[in-house]
Amino acid sequence: MSEPISVLTQRYDVPDAHTLAGYERTGGYQSLATAFDQAPTDLVSQVKDAGLRGRGGAGFPTGVKWGFTPRGTGKPTYLVINADEGEPGTFKDRELMERDPHQLLEGIIVSCYALESERAFLYLRGEYLWPGVRLEHAIAEAYEAGYLGKDIKGSGVNVDVTLHYAAGAYICGEETALLDSLEGRRGQPRLRPPFPAQAGVYGMPTQVNNVETIANVPHIVQHGVDWYRSMGTEKSPGPKLFCVSGEVNRPGNYEWPMGATAREIVEVSCQGMLDGRELRFWTPGGSSTPLLTGAHADTPMDFEAIMEAGSLLGTAAMQMFSDRTSVVEAARNWTKFYEHESCGKCTPCREGTFWLSQIYDRLLEGRGRSEDLDLLDEICDNIFGRSFCALGDGAVSPIKSSLALFRDEYEHLIAHGRLPDGIEAHTDAVDRNSGHGRPEQLVGA
Amino acid sequence: MSDDQITVTIDGTEVQVPEGTLVIRAAERLGITIPRFCDHPLLEPVAACRQCIVEIEGMRKPMTSCSTKATDGMVVKTHLTSDMAAVAQRGQLEFLLINHPLDCPQCDKGGECPLQDQALAHGPPDSRFIDQKRRYEKPIPISPQILLDRERCVLCARCTRFSQEISGDPFIELFERGALEQVAVYEDEPYHSYFSGNVIQICPVGALTSTSYRFKSRPFDLRSTGGVCNQCSAGCNLRVDTRRGGIERQLAADNMAVNEMWNCDKGRFGFPWVSHPERLQQPQARGSLLALEPVSWHGALTTAAEGLQAALDAGGGDAVGVLTGGRLTDEDAYAVSRFARDAVGTDNVDFRLWPRTDDEREVLAAVAGAPGPTYEDVEHADVVVVAGLDPEEEVPILHLRLRKAWRKHGQRIVVVGPTLGTMSEIAWRWVRTDAGDEGRVLTALATGATTGELQDEVAAALGGDGEGAATSVVVLAGERLSRSPGALPSAAMLAQRRDAAFAWVPRRNGARGALDAGLLPGLLPGGRPQSQAGPVADAWDHVPTAPGRDARGILEAAAAGEIKALYLVGVDPVRDFEDPRLARAALEAADTVIVQDLMRTETTAYADVLLPAAAPQERVGSFTTWEGRRQPFPQALPPQRLQQQDWDITRQLARALGADLGWETASDVRAEAAPLMDRRASVAERLAALESEPLPLATAPVPPLEEGELEAVVADLLLAERSTLLAGADDLLATARTPSAVMAPADAERAGVGHGDTVEVRGPGGAVTLPLAVRPHVVEGSVVLPGNALEAPVGTLADPDDPTGRLRVTVAAAPADELEESA
Repeated sequence: MSEPISVLTQRYDVPDAHTLAGYERTGGYQSLATAFDQAPTDLVSQVKDAGLRGRGGAGFPTGVKWGFTPRGTGKPTYLVINADEGEPGTFKDRELMERDPHQLLEGIIVSCYALESERAFLYLRGEYLWPGVRLEHAIAEAYEAGYLGKDIKGSGVNVDVTLHYAAGAYICGEETALLDSLEGRRGQPRLRPPFPAQAGVYGMPTQVNNVETIANVPHIVQHGVDWYRSMGTEKSPGPKLFCVSGEVNRPGNYEWPMGATAREIVEVSCQGMLDGRELRFWTPGGSSTPLLTGAHADTPMDFEAIMEAGSLLGTAAMQMFSDRTSVVEAARNWTKFYEHESCGKCTPCREGTFWLSQIYDRLLEGRGRSEDLDLLDEICDNIFGRSFCALGDGAVSPIKSSLALFRDEYEHLIAHGRLPDGIEAHTDAVDRNSGHGRPEQLVGA
Repeated sequence: MSDDQITVTIDGTEVQVPEGTLVIRAAERLGITIPRFCDHPLLEPVAACRQCIVEIEGMRKPMTSCSTKATDGMVVKTHLTSDMAAVAQRGQLEFLLINHPLDCPQCDKGGECPLQDQALAHGPPDSRFIDQKRRYEKPIPISPQILLDRERCVLCARCTRFSQEISGDPFIELFERGALEQVAVYEDEPYHSYFSGNVIQICPVGALTSTSYRFKSRPFDLRSTGGVCNQCSAGCNLRVDTRRGGIERQLAADNMAVNEMWNCDKGRFGFPWVSHPERLQQPQARGSLLALEPVSWHGALTTAAEGLQAALDAGGGDAVGVLTGGRLTDEDAYAVSRFARDAVGTDNVDFRLWPRTDDEREVLAAVAGAPGPTYEDVEHADVVVVAGLDPEEEVPILHLRLRKAWRKHGQRIVVVGPTLGTMSEIAWRWVRTDAGDEGRVLTALATGATTGELQDEVAAALGGDGEGAATSVVVLAGERLSRSPGALPSAAMLAQRRDAAFAWVPRRNGARGALDAGLLPGLLPGGRPQSQAGPVADAWDHVPTAPGRDARGILEAAAAGEIKALYLVGVDPVRDFEDPRLARAALEAADTVIVQDLMRTETTAYADVLLPAAAPQERVGSFTTWEGRRQPFPQALPPQRLQQQDWDITRQLARALGADLGWETASDVRAEAAPLMDRRASVAERLAALESEPLPLATAPVPPLEEGELEAVVADLLLAERSTLLAGADDLLATARTPSAVMAPADAERAGVGHGDTVEVRGPGGAVTLPLAVRPHVVEGSVVLPGNALEAPVGTLADPDDPTGRLRVTVAAAPADELEESA
């Protein structure tokens, strides 16, 4: 049994934690001295030894990724913070930036030092106005107090932070599309190689890291590798923010060590499923990760175990759905999202999501055909692994998994033209709220 | 790409390719064509269409062969041997087809459409898509010449990448996202490009079509013939598509040594003149009422010969003048060159009607017939010096090569002159000179006697052992340089001193052939002086011993009554000569004016005999590029009516004069001409041979300008409404840049005029009114005027009696009454 912990969220209950005074009073910025006493490459080793894995979804070891950044090229190196939190069901970075912006800044300073970078770009989701306000304030305070800028606290270390508001595209969470967008172009993923570590922003060596990832760094530096590894599992160590939403009593961000189970998190932190309903299906890491069922509720939430269960830990965005919710409708909703957010660059994602979305419309309108299920499956196969970037792979995850796990609901829809008894229909609400009805918009657009 | 060879196995067969080769290219070497839409050999990979997916051993995911570089030992399986690849490709094709309309029967691309072809070869017989296709308003014009049907587009981004990477006119872009992604142009920035037609040709579907060809024909009803473009000296290879005796369209043909896979819009769309009503259809001569009347070829040639004979009887060969323009084939140029000397006995012959000083002779003699630097030499040079030339306006494909070199390896392009023209994007340094002072600056760069940091830097880059010194330099000297005293010789000497290749880059397609054929006084074919006629003397019965008159001299002598007969072949002196008043006077005064041309012009009104000539597409021949590359071309269609080939008309005219030049076919002409026109020695070797008699370099500085005076730089535009060979190409002309006077901001301020104003440019001989553009890429003290684009030719501004050839003008806001008129 794990217990909830309080590392990244330790200041969430401090009312003035977002101010420099509140942050310093509660032990903030203390990792800087420790960090600056060491060689930058030693910090990279520490992060590597700590086993920190990227919290943006892919779970790639951060220290290894940092190791790809060339040194001594004579070119500037940039750190880009991916704060374009767009994965459906994910809202962990938002709260981190709202409640404890200095923690992120401290992480940026230490990480820049480790990477020998003097400039970080904070690419913030455009809709995140409140986190933006908090960050702007915190950055100003940090400059004022000498934590940012030239010669930080007399250390000789220079770090500047540029806050950039994104313009509202899911694709810009993909790191190379993010770079294009940051440079002022249309956000579309770039061809790799070259990888950002070699040629990122403006063609310079660039490290792109998630907010939560960077927030972990000062803790590792300050408290050491062993302390860090005391949390979580061997291969997925450390604390993790779980964003729980859907049909639970208390949705929210909850910090647990890696490897806690969905049941523990929902029971302890969320006080159980809404109205005592039964968990029917859920996403372990956002809508781009294959669905799991109630039978997977005791799977440890770490990268390895979730993968073994057939899904991905992703951003640890747990969207929990009960036996009163239609999985077909949920899949349709997500598919509409991906159709809307596909950047259009590559054929399978652009055309495939367009097609899938129309098939879902037909299914839920009672116009499904028996061959549609195989068609859905094949379209997904033609998107998965064939798309330019991972957006296409993510788009088909809920479809493929729901077809495999809940085929009976699809078949019922096709046979009877309506959802099974006991499942509530929400189609109208989905359309009202999605803001992107399709065919009308396309005519003469 | 390096020279190291690696071995790749594709579908079980090994192939050696240079390291860095893309898998899709490596497969092509084995004759395996992997289906593709976005891939294009001259564009950067984008991997967007996902059609070219293959299986590569050891790779977890399917890979796009257009973006994956082959590595040593790589094992690739294409759709031919891998089910996974075949399934993946079928899947992508199905995706592309779900939103593609089934309007092939009425689409221009039907029959030559990669999507159609691949659907036929690999696609499913039935569509599984029963839902609603994407629909758009159709078509939308993205320029007056190009229409876009968005629902046909497969979003391969070839057009947008062409515009960004190749032509550098990025006013066509992808907008929106997802299934709504679409090609579009900015609301306030139309797609303006001299190269826009290429996007139609590389579009893998029928999304981009030309207004002039739309719904005109089916590809399989067309008869395709190779061709060489006659619109400038670039020598772009063409495909001429004809049907029922007319040209339906022209496309760029692949020639990687010349135009690669591109051509400019003028070459692509500028053919309607061939069937234009103003075309000369049959021979004409003055009849009893002194009006031009149709006559037989025999009658016309007899009348022409009689006129020439009368002049010969009155004053011998000196009483005849022969002018040609820039449009003749090499065979025609040689035929006229020999006709003048051998059949008529005159050296009064010139093809150069542009404004010029007299000091260009030695350099042109060295260039004539010599192999010059090629497109590839230009591309691979470290430094290119451009003087008196605006490649995009004059020889557009040369501009694309320079831009490619700039983009691919950071070529340092140095512009020397009073204006940067359209080179602002790619120029490395602009060595500013006053108009007319190019010669002195070029000399300074050659000798190292430079002044100022910029000139020092350029001189250092051009040669020597210093840091940043180039290992290969090319000097490109344009036709316009001839107008500045000593400039062409100075440019040649710069090349000589800096061990650089030297090219004279004329604007017109026939200019280089005319030079090689000796269509100028005092020079024989191959640039031979009369004193060293050598093999020419063996081939010809008569070689003149004294240099004749040049174009101005011929027209002056004709106006003065000394020259009694004018034989004008492919030239319109009223428009082409710098001084139209002199041209008119000459035409009026001459007893006999024989005009041999394609179209009715102002000059044809003065003709006593009109001899209609066949268009390049209607005949065989060859054109010589600015490089000196001779490119023969076949006949694409028969002449419209009674037109004949120029060399043949000239041959028959010689016959009528009693001289047998001995040819029966164009091949006969070519066989006789080739050994005389072509010289083995390079320009550099021949310039070196000249060192004993020094080149006439510029020495005197430009005389100072009076208050308010500006030196006029006359530069031609690619597309000008007055161009005879653009008659009927209305959509193309609608894309032309607005002809305007261009001056520096400081001068504009002094003159009290601003960008967009209508101004009056006044010279000693007259004034013209036109819009003003204020740009920093013209030096102070100069104003650039559009030479070929004005209704009142710039020549009218000049003082006809000023021997310096300088043109000094004032620029002021146009008087109100003129504004009303123009409104």
